[in-house]
Amino acid sequence: MAFLTNFYAFLFYFAAFVLVAGLARKIIQYARTPAPLKIPTTPAPTTGRGVVLRMMREVVLFESLFRGNKWTWVFGWMFHFGLLLVTLRHLRYFIEPVWFPIQLVQPFGIYGGIAMILGLAGLWARRFLVDRVKYITSTSDHLILGLLIAIGCTGLLMKFVFHVDVVEIKHFFQGLYSYDIQPLPADPLLLLHLFLVALLMIIFPYSKLLHMPGLFFSPTRNQVDNPRERRHIAPWARKLEQS
Amino acid sequence: MAKATFEVPELTQYTEVPPITPGAMAHSAPFKSREEFQTPLGFPGELVEDWQARAIDKMGELLGKYRSLRVYMDACVKCGSCTDKCHYFLGTGDPKNMPVARQDLMRKVYRRYFTLSGKLFPKLVGAEDFTEEVLNDWYSYFHQCSQCRRCSVFCPYGIDTAEISMAAREIMDSIGVGQKYCNEIIGKVYKIGNNLGLPGPALEDTLEGLEEDVYDDTGVRVKYPIDQVGAEILLVTPSADFFAEPHVDGLIGYGKVFHEAGVSWTLSSYASEAANFGMFIGSYDNMRRLAQRIREAAIELKVKRIVFGECGHAWRVAYSFLNTLAGPWDFLDPRYPVPQHICEFTYELIQQGKLNLDKSENDDKVLTYHDSCNVARASRMGNTPGGQFEIPRAIIRATCNNFYDMDEDTIRDRTFCCGGGGGLLTDDLMELRVKGAKPRVDALNNVMQEKGVTHMATICAICKSQFTKVLPYYGLDMDQIVSLHQLVSNAIVLTPGPDDEDEDDDEPDPDDPNDEEETDEAA
Repeated sequence: MAFLTNFYAFLFYFAAFVLVAGLARKIIQYARTPAPLKIPTTPAPTTGRGVVLRMMREVVLFESLFRGNKWTWVFGWMFHFGLLLVTLRHLRYFIEPVWFPIQLVQPFGIYGGIAMILGLAGLWARRFLVDRVKYITSTSDHLILGLLIAIGCTGLLMKFVFHVDVVEIKHFFQGLYSYDIQPLPADPLLLLHLFLVALLMIIFPYSKLLHMPGLFFSPTRNQVDNPRERRHIAPWARKLEQS
Repeated sequence: MAKATFEVPELTQYTEVPPITPGAMAHSAPFKSREEFQTPLGFPGELVEDWQARAIDKMGELLGKYRSLRVYMDACVKCGSCTDKCHYFLGTGDPKNMPVARQDLMRKVYRRYFTLSGKLFPKLVGAEDFTEEVLNDWYSYFHQCSQCRRCSVFCPYGIDTAEISMAAREIMDSIGVGQKYCNEIIGKVYKIGNNLGLPGPALEDTLEGLEEDVYDDTGVRVKYPIDQVGAEILLVTPSADFFAEPHVDGLIGYGKVFHEAGVSWTLSSYASEAANFGMFIGSYDNMRRLAQRIREAAIELKVKRIVFGECGHAWRVAYSFLNTLAGPWDFLDPRYPVPQHICEFTYELIQQGKLNLDKSENDDKVLTYHDSCNVARASRMGNTPGGQFEIPRAIIRATCNNFYDMDEDTIRDRTFCCGGGGGLLTDDLMELRVKGAKPRVDALNNVMQEKGVTHMATICAICKSQFTKVLPYYGLDMDQIVSLHQLVSNAIVLTPGPDDEDEDDDEPDPDDPNDEEETDEAA
């Protein structure tokens, strides 16, 4: 019992460290790498405000994907929006008192969980049914989809079939903040759910999940289209000028 | 119809996504560059001994120099949005011509040497050693990308295969595996000034010939000057404009527009090339060296403005990179953007009502317009986003009575590449060029059937060369391709200048001497 609690406490400290440190390392790396030439995909906005708007449409609406493939967009958007609702719903385990908007979002989080799983199932089906997508799929793509679906299913099972003591779970996570390890309910379903979540956090900075920070650093999307008005010169390119 | 040693695809009304045929184009690769073409660009002459280690070093260097490459190696989720967007995939069915699969040729090497997961679990994440086999795949398939960026439009993260194929080509060049066509051409610019290796006297001859032709046609002395110090405008145009068909008709058109604008202008024999093949091989250094020639010519000739002729990637380099590579341009007239596109120049005159255009001169044609990929997806014209789509169309509408666009999914930023861009306009890649052109030719054929279109105008030297060569394979006529400024040239009603007067004095019309005087007064 105590072993399990301690193991999970350690696991989450470790996972949180890997996630934060790994992502920070990547973000710093992206930010420090120069973009020596202006390469926005046009028609591109000519102002910084326009770029922010373009980015927001990409992040919120998946605009380019919508133009690219409607099925992938439907499933992809369902999954991501579902995941957002689920994440918001789960915040109640990590904050005290629970903010009012988070209280409001609770019932929607359930629908989010269902949407997330349907979306993932659709995305996975494409990997078998569309020969082009099947061709480009690697083992890790299947594993990540499997991992996310397993997280979703264990979560929903706890909500609808095998209930667990959510108050104790909250105590466990609140305790982690102050290194005061509280007992975790030894429910197999919960343990599996949490284990998979920790795994997801650990692989995040080492997998294609890097598309999340990557999107914000994509020069084709985040650059202002003003190369005639402004010289845009990277530090390593400036050195060429002196020679 | 030209003879083909391969099967030419049948045209279809809508370009259908083909089933994948692995290895369909594995045999296709351009001729390798030899030492004589490699050395002037600063690359080893042949595959170096320790090529693998050096290639990986180079990749590391590029990952540190280009944020695009760094982010794009990590960000792909293999959603498949790009898989049916590449004209080469649509035309060949080879799955390695799907942008994501093409990128993965580099990504699997990146994972193996630069990521933890690829070092620990290569099989799981699809990481592979950089073997000779992988290098051969690189050489074949990174030379089946015309860097047209159509895939980047549809990618949720904006991953641009052009950036990746440029990096791959730079890595290959750095270990001595170069592409002959591109590298030979860059060397010619260094040596002679342009891609075609036309020396100054040949250019002068050509331009004199043009002046005479235009005079014979119109009775007006339109000047086609070269190396004139103190001219207001330096025109930089692809060297194909000097002699190839239909390119030269465009050059004739530029001269007429400048004539009507009443500005002095000049070409330069030193910078007699707008195209910058340094971009195709991903080499910043070579691209910069090529761009610097334009700066040197501008200073030498003491011009005030720079205008670029019709060329797709040349305009990309000019619009997006010239300021960065060869600037600052503070010695030019600040009232004008540096550089300007000839279409911007002509459009402004049309808007100001300074061109007298007789649309009926083009009544023998029903036109459509091909957006060249690098203009459409990598540059701009005018002051607003999308000006590169509207300005050329506005010029066509001002010079012709009959114009119809092709299918919406195949124009503007969704335009299909002609199939010859990115340094693939070489005879050794004929099969790829013909098959890669299929989506565009489908759309053209469609609008020919439905709207009776007879001609397709375009503003890129590579598009013009590619289509004239490839259309016959599909049973269409090479003369169906026209330069945009050819339409302007046909429609423009020239104003006779003082030179024409002199000419008339020399050879007075014996029948009606008064006629000349009236014409002069009208002028």
